[in-house]
Amino acid sequence: MDTHVHDRRRFLALTAGAAATPLLAACGAGFGSDDKKSDGSAADDVTGSFDWKREKGRTVKALLNKHPYTDALIADLKSFTAKTGIKVEYDVFPEDNYFDKLTVDLSSGRASYDVFMLGAYMVWQYGPPGWLEDLGPWMRNSSATGAEWDQADFFPNLLQADQWSLKAGAPLGQGGQYALPWGWETNVVAYNTEVFGKLGLKPAETFDELREIAGVIKRKAPAAGYDGMYGIAVRGSRSWATIHPGFMTMYARNGLHDFTVHGGKLRPAMNTPEAIAFTQDWAGMVKQGGPPSWTSYTWYQCSSDLGAKKAGMLFDADTAAYFQAVAGASPASGKIAFHPGPKGPDGSLATNMWIWSLGMNAKSRKKSASWLFLQWATGKEHLRKAAVTNNHIDPVRKSISQDAAYKDKMKHLPGFIETFETVVDQTKIQFTPQAQFFDATTSWAAALQEIYGGQNARSVLNGLAGDLAAKVG
Amino acid sequence: MGWRLTLRPYILIVPALLLTCGILYPFGLGLYYTLFDFSASKPQPDMVRFENYRTVFTQDAFWNSAWVTVLYAVGAAVVETVLGVAVALLLHRSSFVGRVLEKILILPLMIAPVIAAIMWKLMLQPSVGVVNHLLKPFGLGGVQWTDTPAGALLSSIAVDVWVYTPFVAILALAGLRSLPTSPFEAAAVDGAGWWYTFRRLTLPMLWPYVLVAVIFRFMDSLKVFDIIYALTEGGPGDSTVVLQIRAYLEAIRFQRYSFGISYTIVLWAVVYLAAMVLVRHLGKIQRKAAEAK
Repeated sequence: MDTHVHDRRRFLALTAGAAATPLLAACGAGFGSDDKKSDGSAADDVTGSFDWKREKGRTVKALLNKHPYTDALIADLKSFTAKTGIKVEYDVFPEDNYFDKLTVDLSSGRASYDVFMLGAYMVWQYGPPGWLEDLGPWMRNSSATGAEWDQADFFPNLLQADQWSLKAGAPLGQGGQYALPWGWETNVVAYNTEVFGKLGLKPAETFDELREIAGVIKRKAPAAGYDGMYGIAVRGSRSWATIHPGFMTMYARNGLHDFTVHGGKLRPAMNTPEAIAFTQDWAGMVKQGGPPSWTSYTWYQCSSDLGAKKAGMLFDADTAAYFQAVAGASPASGKIAFHPGPKGPDGSLATNMWIWSLGMNAKSRKKSASWLFLQWATGKEHLRKAAVTNNHIDPVRKSISQDAAYKDKMKHLPGFIETFETVVDQTKIQFTPQAQFFDATTSWAAALQEIYGGQNARSVLNGLAGDLAAKVG
Repeated sequence: MGWRLTLRPYILIVPALLLTCGILYPFGLGLYYTLFDFSASKPQPDMVRFENYRTVFTQDAFWNSAWVTVLYAVGAAVVETVLGVAVALLLHRSSFVGRVLEKILILPLMIAPVIAAIMWKLMLQPSVGVVNHLLKPFGLGGVQWTDTPAGALLSSIAVDVWVYTPFVAILALAGLRSLPTSPFEAAAVDGAGWWYTFRRLTLPMLWPYVLVAVIFRFMDSLKVFDIIYALTEGGPGDSTVVLQIRAYLEAIRFQRYSFGISYTIVLWAVVYLAAMVLVRHLGKIQRKAAEAK
C-alpha cells in the first residue's frame, strides 16, 4: 500500500479544509452590508445658499444605456462641466446587457457608478434592497437644489412613477423618490399612410377594428405592391419587454389588471375570463396579421419593419416609430403617421409608459456632486436643448412639450403632437408595483407565446396565475 | 536531504493548489449560499438548509428544463459525432480538395458561438432570411424556424452542430491519421469491402478518439447558454429553457441568488456524474485497445 498517496490526500484535504473554513465563515458577512437606512439623508449635510460650483473639481461616474437620449446627453456634457466644474466619466452599454451590468454592479454593493439610467420598473427591483438613493430630501433642500429646477414643471404622472413606498401592491406616488424622469415613451399606434391610402383604411378606433385591419393588410398589401408586408408589428420575444408596450396598453384600455390587492396580498388577475378572452384575441391578432417569427420580435425588429415597409402598423413606443419616421431615416420616412390607438370598450385611452429615469447609487461617495448632475440632466436648459437640437423627444417637462421650437420640429410628423397630447393625461404605469415584476412579466410573455402556439389560453393563464400567486402572494 | 525530498512533492503542487482554490472558493461560496434564502429583496438572509433544493426538485419548471437540457445535449452530441466522423473519413482520403476543405472546416470554430447564433437567427428569419429564400423554389419558403417548440429546439441544435461538428471532425481526423496502416493493408489484401473495414477495423480503433469528442461535446452541451439564449431566449414558451438559462434568469434577472445558484449546483452534479460515467467508459475502452495491441 502506498502510504504517500494517503498522506498527499490527507494533506490536500486538510489544506483545502483549512482554506475553506475561514473563507466560508467570512461569507456569513459576505451577503452584503446591512442596507438599513440611517435616519438622515446626505442631503441634510448640504447647507447655505445653492451653488452650482459647490462640488467643483469632483468627478462623477455614470452608467448609461446606448440610446438617442444618451447621445444627446453626452453631446451636452461640456455644458455641465463648464457650469459646475464637475467632470463626468461614463460607460455606455447596449440595451441587451445594460440592465444585467447595472444589476450586478448594484448588487455587489460597490459604488462603481454614482449615477445611472434605469426604468421606473427597476425601482421596484432596486429600491427594496436599498440600492437607490431617495432623492426626495435632495429635491426638498433648497441649498442643494436650485430654484430654476422647478419640480412643478414635470408631468406629475412621471414623477409619481418613480416614487414608491417599497410595499408590494402599494400605489406609486407615495414614499421615496428613487429616480427622476428624464425621457419617456407612450405606447401608441404608428401606421404607414401610403398603404392605408391604397387599401382605403382608417386607423382603428376599437380593438376589433385593429385586429381586422391587421388581417386585411397582411392579406391585401402584398398584392397592392408591398411585398411581404404584414399588418401589425408588436413585440413577441420571451421577455418582460414584450408585455409592457402595446399589450399592456390595450389590456389596460380593456379595464384589465395584472394583479389585484386583497388584504395587502397580491392576487394574479391575468386569468380572469375577460383577461383570458383579451389575451386570446391578442394572440389571434398576431397570428392573423402579425410578423413571421413573432416569438423573436423585440422593439428593434418591430421598429425596423415599420421603417422597411414590412409592417403596416406598429403598436409600441412612439419613439420606436419616430426614429423610422424622421426624414431620411428609412424607406417609410414621410409616410408614417401617429394615432392614439384603439379605445377600450368604455372609451378609455389608458396607456402604459416606459420612463428612462436617472437614479443615484445609495452607496455613492459623491452624492452632492451626483445630485448636481441629476439636477442638470433633468433641468430645463439641457432637456430643451436635447429636445430641440437632438432626438430627446417626448419631454418629461410640460414647458418643453409646449415649447414653440420643439413643436415646430415635431409638427412635420403627422399626428405625433396630437397623439401625445391626447394620451398624456391617461398615460401612467399600468402594472402593479411589486419586486417580482420581471419574473411575472417574463413568465407572462412565455405564456403569450404558448397561446400563440396554439395552447389553450385558459389553462396556460391559470397555470401562470397559480405559479405567480406562490411567488408574489 | 531527506526532508527536502519529502517536501518537494508538496511544493510542486502549490501552484496547482492555488489554482484549485481559485476555483473551489467561488464553488464553495456558491454551495454555502444555496443554504440561505439570499435574494435582492432579502439581503440579510436566513438559513433555510436544503429548502432551495427541495423547491428546485418539486418545480415543474426544473423538470422541463432538465428534459430540454438532456434532449439538447444528446441531440447535439449524437449529430455532431456522426457528422464529425463522416467528415473526418472524407477528409482522410488525402486529396487536394480534402486538404482545402480541412482548412475551411475549422472556420465555424473560430466564430464565437453567440455570434454564430445571432448570424443564424438572421439567416433563419422567415421573411428576409437567406435559408427560406433558398428553400423557396422547393415550396418551403414559409418555414417558421423558431416559432414552434420543436422548431426552436431543432434550430438551436442545428446551430450547435454547425459550430462544433468541425471540432469532432478534427479530433476524429487526428485519430484516423494515428491508426496503424498494416491492419488496413492486410484487410485490403484479403479483399475486405469498405463497409466491412470500417465496421470491423476503423471504428473500433477510432472509438477512443470518438469517445473523447463525445465527452467534450456532451459536457459542453449540457452547459449550453449562449447559442440558445441568443437564438430563442428560451422560447417559445419554456420550450428551450435549459438549466443554464433557468439559473441565469433566477439569479441575475429575478435576483433570487440562492435559488439561482441551486440550479447551477444541480447542473454541476449532473455534468459531474455524466463525466464520471463517460470517462470510466473511456478508460475501459482504452485498456481494451491497449490489451488488443
